[in-house]
Amino acid sequence: MKKKNGALSKLYVILVLFLTYLPVFVVVLYSFNNSKYGNWEGFSFTWYDKLFQNRQIWRSLKNTLILAFSSCFLSILIGTAGAVGMAKSRFRTMNLLENVSMIPMMLPEIILGMAYLAFFSILKIPFGMLTLIIAHTTFCVPYIYINVQSRLVGLDPSFVEAARDLGASPTRAFIDVTLPLIAPAVLSGALLALAMSMDDVVISFFVTGTTSNTLPLQVYSMLKMGVTPEVNALCTLILLVVFGCIGLYYLFMSLYRRRAEKQ
Amino acid sequence: MDDMILQLKDLHKSFDNVKVLKGITLDVKAGRFLTLLGPSGCGKTTTLRLIAGLDTPDSGSILIGGKDMKGLPPEKRPVNTVFQNYALFPHMNVQKNIAYSLVLRHTDKEEALKKVNELLSIVQLEGYNKRMPAQLSGGQRQRVAIARALACDPQILLLDEPLGALDLQLRRQMQVELKALQKKLGITFIYITHDQEEALNMSDRIAVMNDGCIEQFGSPENIYEHPTTRFAAQFIGQSNIIEGDVVEKVAGGVRVQICENNTIIVKGEYEIGEHLALSVRAERIDYADKADFGFALNGTIKMHSYIGGVLRTTITLQNGQEVLITGANPVSRYPAGCAVQVFWDPAVAAVVERGQGK
Repeated sequence: MKKKNGALSKLYVILVLFLTYLPVFVVVLYSFNNSKYGNWEGFSFTWYDKLFQNRQIWRSLKNTLILAFSSCFLSILIGTAGAVGMAKSRFRTMNLLENVSMIPMMLPEIILGMAYLAFFSILKIPFGMLTLIIAHTTFCVPYIYINVQSRLVGLDPSFVEAARDLGASPTRAFIDVTLPLIAPAVLSGALLALAMSMDDVVISFFVTGTTSNTLPLQVYSMLKMGVTPEVNALCTLILLVVFGCIGLYYLFMSLYRRRAEKQ
Repeated sequence: MDDMILQLKDLHKSFDNVKVLKGITLDVKAGRFLTLLGPSGCGKTTTLRLIAGLDTPDSGSILIGGKDMKGLPPEKRPVNTVFQNYALFPHMNVQKNIAYSLVLRHTDKEEALKKVNELLSIVQLEGYNKRMPAQLSGGQRQRVAIARALACDPQILLLDEPLGALDLQLRRQMQVELKALQKKLGITFIYITHDQEEALNMSDRIAVMNDGCIEQFGSPENIYEHPTTRFAAQFIGQSNIIEGDVVEKVAGGVRVQICENNTIIVKGEYEIGEHLALSVRAERIDYADKADFGFALNGTIKMHSYIGGVLRTTITLQNGQEVLITGANPVSRYPAGCAVQVFWDPAVAAVVERGQGK
């Protein structure tokens, strides 16, 4: 298959990539446009300047980061504990349980969002950062869980047994051996979770309060007033961060894989 | 019974309703090199895991140094294990791997380092302190695993097929080294292997295991020369199993009918009519046109094959059974197709089964 890469298939790949990244490129380009309108009037940092003076954006950025890191942290705890616990136990409904826990990843976000909305209203939890964190943690847990679980499946049980044999209590063996060995999986899952949380609009839209606007929601509301180059500038910055995160993720995974291959 | 470092009493263990151990009883004297020898699936690794405390027996007891190990987790037992795949912690360097048990025991740092260096010199890996396991060859990992298991002076060292992953040359070298190490340290080694040559070469005592039971327990010479079960005879070395019914008592033994007009002499007291199965080692059988020892089996030479060092001859007996004979002489005086008489010294044949004749 790989050998006979005809000119046609090459062209196809280029076309797909071009169409995918063209809009992104346009946004980046126009964020440097001097003009407020569609026509190109020369290169400038005006919109970045304006962006940096927009206090609302800074506040929502702060919210987004607080939300992303706290929900990521919580899902690390829950997801890792879940995966480790599941790997140790052996009961009949395990497969079912595992599949059920994956469902939040597959459900349409709008349904999840509505569900959270209804749920929090029934419980009378005031909408705000708390509800956002609960919701985001919920949909972030599976990313950590899947990563850690697959690492645990591939982990030779004799590492832990060797630690026990050498005098470590079960807890000590977990801290000294299991944890360092699953750390890469936890970290890569956490990076994914961070990206998912920072990027979320739909679920946040349903569960946010008046003071807890996140950056994606801010962008969304700014767009309602029409596309301004300020939004373009913001998008460009976000893109930068996202690409950075993805790059880090792959760098990390390839380093980790190379290390695993060596063994 | 005071000098027994390890006593296993009627150990039973099942996994998912499959009986893996069916009553293992074994006493091991301190300072011995004991090998559990058997094919894969015979329960030897399970036995080792029970001793280490990594699994718990369904019934039976394990005494180490006279102390019952029941309910003691692996970290509280005075034994250490060299795992089959070494199980070196991949995120720790050699020094940290070896010092792990010392750190757990809050050994003084300088003392721990001294101990690590001492162990590294014992396993001939001086200066490898900072290497990561991934940077070591198979043989080196093996040595580190042994050093790590020896770090807190176990009473018994358990080794689970530690040479399994090494090539033949290195295996032979490590066999010698391990044996020497055991002599030097004076620690009891319990060694698992399915390789009979390895077992014969290294052990003071061998327990031949099959299907969850110990078939025979004894010194390598004893196991090889006097197998007591059919399995032990066939698993170790090249054995011919020859069967027949006792027909007559003679001086010092009995005459056993193998087939029409062919009888052999078997040493020992047996009743007329009893059915006996004998094991005769391939290198202990001889053939010629005239037999010694007062009996002979008629046969025809089927083929010779020179396998380097020895000539292996297959002879078809009158009853159709084929016997294997190995001789040091690379050329035989008797070509294939030649009729010969097969015989052996009755003293070298071992009865491996007795039963009622038909």
